[in-house]
Amino acid sequence: MVKISLEFGLGLALVLFSLGLTGVLVRRNIVFILLSIEIMLNACGLAFIVVGSYFNQPDGQVMFFFILTMAAAEVAIGLGLVMQMYRKFHTLDTNSANLLRG
Amino acid sequence: MNITFYICAAVAIVSTAMVIIGTNAVHSLLYFIVSLLATGLIFFILGAPFAAALVVIINAGAIMVLFVFVIMMLNLGPQTTEQEKSWLSPRMWAGPAILAVVLFIELVYALISFHAASPDVKVVTAKDVGMALFGPYLLGVELASILLLAGLLGAYHLGRLSPGDREAKE
Amino acid sequence: MLEFLWLVPVLPLAGFAALVLLGKRITNPVVACISVGSVGLSAIFAAIAGISFIMSPPAGNGYSQTLWTWIQVGNFSPAASFYLDALSVVMMLVVTFIGLLIIIYSTAFMAADEDYRRFFAYMNLFIASMLILVLADNLVFLYLGWEGVGLCSYLLIGFWYKNSQNGLAAIKAFLVTRIGDTAMAIGLFLLFATFGTLDIQLLSQKISQYPVGSTTLILAASLLLAGAIGKSAQLPLQVWLPDAMAGPTPVSALIHAATMVAAGVYLIARTNFIFINAPAVMTIVAIIGVVTLLIAGFSALVQHDIKRVLAYSTISQIGYMFLALGVGAWSAAIFHFMVHAFFKSLLFLCAGVVITAMSGVHDIFKMGGLRRKLPLTFWAFLIGCASLSALPLVTAGFYSKDMILWQVWSSPSGGPVLWAAGLVGALLTSLYAFRVIFIVFFGEPKTAVDYKPAWRISAVLVILAFLSIVGGFIKLPMELEKLSVQAQYVFQAIAGVTSLAGILFAYLLFAGERRFVRSLLNSKLCVILRDLWFADWGFDWLYNNLLVRPYQWLAFINRDDFIDSIYDATAALCGFCNKVLSASVNGNLRWYVSGIVIGSIIIIAFVVLL
Repeated sequence: MVKISLEFGLGLALVLFSLGLTGVLVRRNIVFILLSIEIMLNACGLAFIVVGSYFNQPDGQVMFFFILTMAAAEVAIGLGLVMQMYRKFHTLDTNSANLLRG
Repeated sequence: MNITFYICAAVAIVSTAMVIIGTNAVHSLLYFIVSLLATGLIFFILGAPFAAALVVIINAGAIMVLFVFVIMMLNLGPQTTEQEKSWLSPRMWAGPAILAVVLFIELVYALISFHAASPDVKVVTAKDVGMALFGPYLLGVELASILLLAGLLGAYHLGRLSPGDREAKE
Repeated sequence: MLEFLWLVPVLPLAGFAALVLLGKRITNPVVACISVGSVGLSAIFAAIAGISFIMSPPAGNGYSQTLWTWIQVGNFSPAASFYLDALSVVMMLVVTFIGLLIIIYSTAFMAADEDYRRFFAYMNLFIASMLILVLADNLVFLYLGWEGVGLCSYLLIGFWYKNSQNGLAAIKAFLVTRIGDTAMAIGLFLLFATFGTLDIQLLSQKISQYPVGSTTLILAASLLLAGAIGKSAQLPLQVWLPDAMAGPTPVSALIHAATMVAAGVYLIARTNFIFINAPAVMTIVAIIGVVTLLIAGFSALVQHDIKRVLAYSTISQIGYMFLALGVGAWSAAIFHFMVHAFFKSLLFLCAGVVITAMSGVHDIFKMGGLRRKLPLTFWAFLIGCASLSALPLVTAGFYSKDMILWQVWSSPSGGPVLWAAGLVGALLTSLYAFRVIFIVFFGEPKTAVDYKPAWRISAVLVILAFLSIVGGFIKLPMELEKLSVQAQYVFQAIAGVTSLAGILFAYLLFAGERRFVRSLLNSKLCVILRDLWFADWGFDWLYNNLLVRPYQWLAFINRDDFIDSIYDATAALCGFCNKVLSASVNGNLRWYVSGIVIGSIIIIAFVVLL
C-alpha cells in the first residue's frame, strides 16, 4: 500500500543477499552455513515480491511460494545430512568433511 | 508508511548481520527469526498479505523451528561457542567480505542502470494468488508437491540410524 | 631338350619343401635320399640342358624360358624367366655338380649331427637360390636369388646356433653383405629409372646405344660393383668371410669357396655391357682385385686356423677373378672361377676330414705328420694346394691363373704394374698353401690321430682331385697354340717359375724346425707385421671403432628413446596438469562456494559491462 521505489526494495534484497553470501563463505559450522543459505533464499524471495508488487501481479508471490516450498524441502534434507555428518565425524566442522578430494 | 518500510529494512539488515557474526547457534537462529518477521512486515507493506502470512507461518514457524529442534537434538554444549569464536578471527573476514562487496557493487550497478516509472500500488490478495496458482502455474504446484514428497522420503531415510548405530543405542 | 631348364632350379626347391614339410617323421637316410636325389636330378637335367646347348646352340646364342609374369605395374613387368647362354651353362654345371658332390660328402660328414634334416633343407634352398641367381633373365629375378643365397648363408653359418659366437658370425656376414645388397638395389632402381627395363637382354641393347662414360652408367656400375664386393668378400667388405668359418665345413666348401662368393664375379660378368661402357669403374674393379689379393695373401700367411687360411685364400683368388674382370678378360675370370670351385672345395673338404680326425681342433700348430695317418686326405690336399699354387702344366690352376696373368699384361687396360702384383700374389699363394702342407702333413705328429673317413667322403675327394687336375685341359689346344708365340711362352715360364719358387721357399721356411721363421720373429718389426696380418690388416678394428662403437654409443645415449620421450612428455604434461588442477579439488566446501562466487562475479561483470 505504500509506493516505494523499486531501487530501494531491490537494494534491500541485494544487501541481505550479500550478507547471506558472506555468511556462507566465512562460517565453518555447517549449521551456520545452512542458516546463511536460508538468508540468501529469503532475500531472493524479497526481490521477487518487490518486483511483483511493483507490477501489481500475483506472479511475484507465486514465485515466492515456490521458493519457500523448495527451501522447506532443502532444509529438511540438509538437516538430515547434518545429523548423518555428526554421527560420522563427531563434529560439525566442514573442514573435516574433505575426503572427496583429488 | 514509508517510515515503516525503512524501519523494517533497518531491522532486517541489523538482525541478519547479527546472524552471521554470532557465535551461539540458538542466538543466531533467534536473530534470523526476527529478520524473517521484519521481512514479512515488508511484504505486508508492499501489498502482498498472502506472502507475509506464508513467511510467518512456514519460514519462521516451520523451517526455523526445525533448525531449533535439530540443534537441540545435537546437544553440542558450550564448547561449540568457544570453537566458533576461535574460528571467526578478523583475518577470516577479509576474503569473503571482498567477494561479497564486489558482487554487491556489480549488482547495484546493474540495478541502477534500470530506470522505470512507478505505477500505483495495489494490494494483491490471496484470491489473486490462488487463481494464479491453480491457473497458469498448476504444473509448478504439482512439481512442488513432488519435491516435498522427495524431501519427506529423503529426510526420513537420512534420519534413520544406521545398523551399527542402532546396535550401539540398544 | 632345353625346355627342361626350369627343372634345374625347381628340383632342389622341391627337395627343400619336402624336407621342411615332412618334418620330424622322416629318418636320416630318407633325408639324405631326398636331398641327394633332388640335387642329383637337377644335375642330370643341367647336364642335359648343357649338352644340348653345346651341341646345337639356339639362335642368338641364348635360350630364354619364361614361367610366369610376376607383376605388371605400368611398364614394369618382371617375369620369372630363365636364360641360358654360355656363361650360365658353365655356372649352372659348376653349381649343380659341385653342389651334388658336397651334399654326398655331407651325408657322411654330418651323420652324427642331430639337426641333419635342417642342414639338408638349408643346403637345398641354397642350391635352388644359387641356380635362380645364375639362370635369371632379368635383374629382379637375379636379386631374388641374390637375397636367397644371402639368407641361406646366414642360416648355415649360424647352423650350430646354440653357440652364440656362431650366431654373431652369421649376423656379421649378413650385415656386411647387406651393405652391398642395398647398394645393388639402389643400382637396380637407377637402371630402371634410366632405361625403363631390367630385362638383361633388353638392357644390353639399350646400353650399347648409350654414350660411353656417362655419369648414370658410372653410378650404376659402381653400385652394382658395391653389391658384388659385398657378396664376394672383396675390399673393403671382406671382413665377414674369415668369421664365416664358424659354420660346418661343407657349408664353407659350398658357399664360401665355390659358389656364393662367386656370385659377385657372375654379376659383373653378366652385366658386362654396363661395365664396358664405364671404363673408370672397370679400372676400380681391377684395382680392388689386385689390392685384395695381396692383402689376403699376406693375411693367409700367418693364420693358425686351417679354415681361416683357406678363407683368406678364397678372398685372394676372387681378387684374381676381379682383376681379370677389371681388365676385360671375362672368359679368363669365369674359367678361373670354375677351376677355383674344384680345388677350393677340395681343400675345404680335406680340411673337414683333418678337423674331424683331430676331434674338432683347427689349429695347424697342433697338427703334424698327418700324411701317414690320413694318406688319401694328404694326396687330395696336396693336389688341391698344387692347383691353388698353379703348379705348371699338370694342374688346372696353372692354366687359369696363367690365362689371367697373360690377359692382365696384354690387355689395353692392364699393364706391367698389375701383372707384377699378380705375380707377387702367385708367389704368396704357393707360399701360404705349402706352409699349411708342411706344417700339417709333415714333421713330427703332435696329436694322436685314428680316423678312417667314410667311403662317400673319400669318393668325393677323389673326384674333386681328379677335376682339379684335368679341369684345365679344356684349354690345352689353346695352350699348345700359345707355345708357338714367343712372348706368351716367356710369360708362362715366368708364372711357372714363380709358383715353383714359392714352393721352394715354403719348404725352406716352414718344413722341419722352422728355425729361420722363429729367428725372424725375434725382430720387433716382424712381430708387428705378423700381428697386423693376423688381424686382417686391422679392418675389423677399423670397422669396430669407426662404425660399431659410435652406433652402440648412439644407441646407449638414446636408450630412453628420445622419440618415445615426446609421447611420454605429452603424457607427463597431462599428469602435471592433473596435479595442478587437482589442487583445486581439496574437498573444502567453502573453497567450492568461493569458486562459484568468483565465477558469478566474472559472468555478471561480462553481462553488465558489455
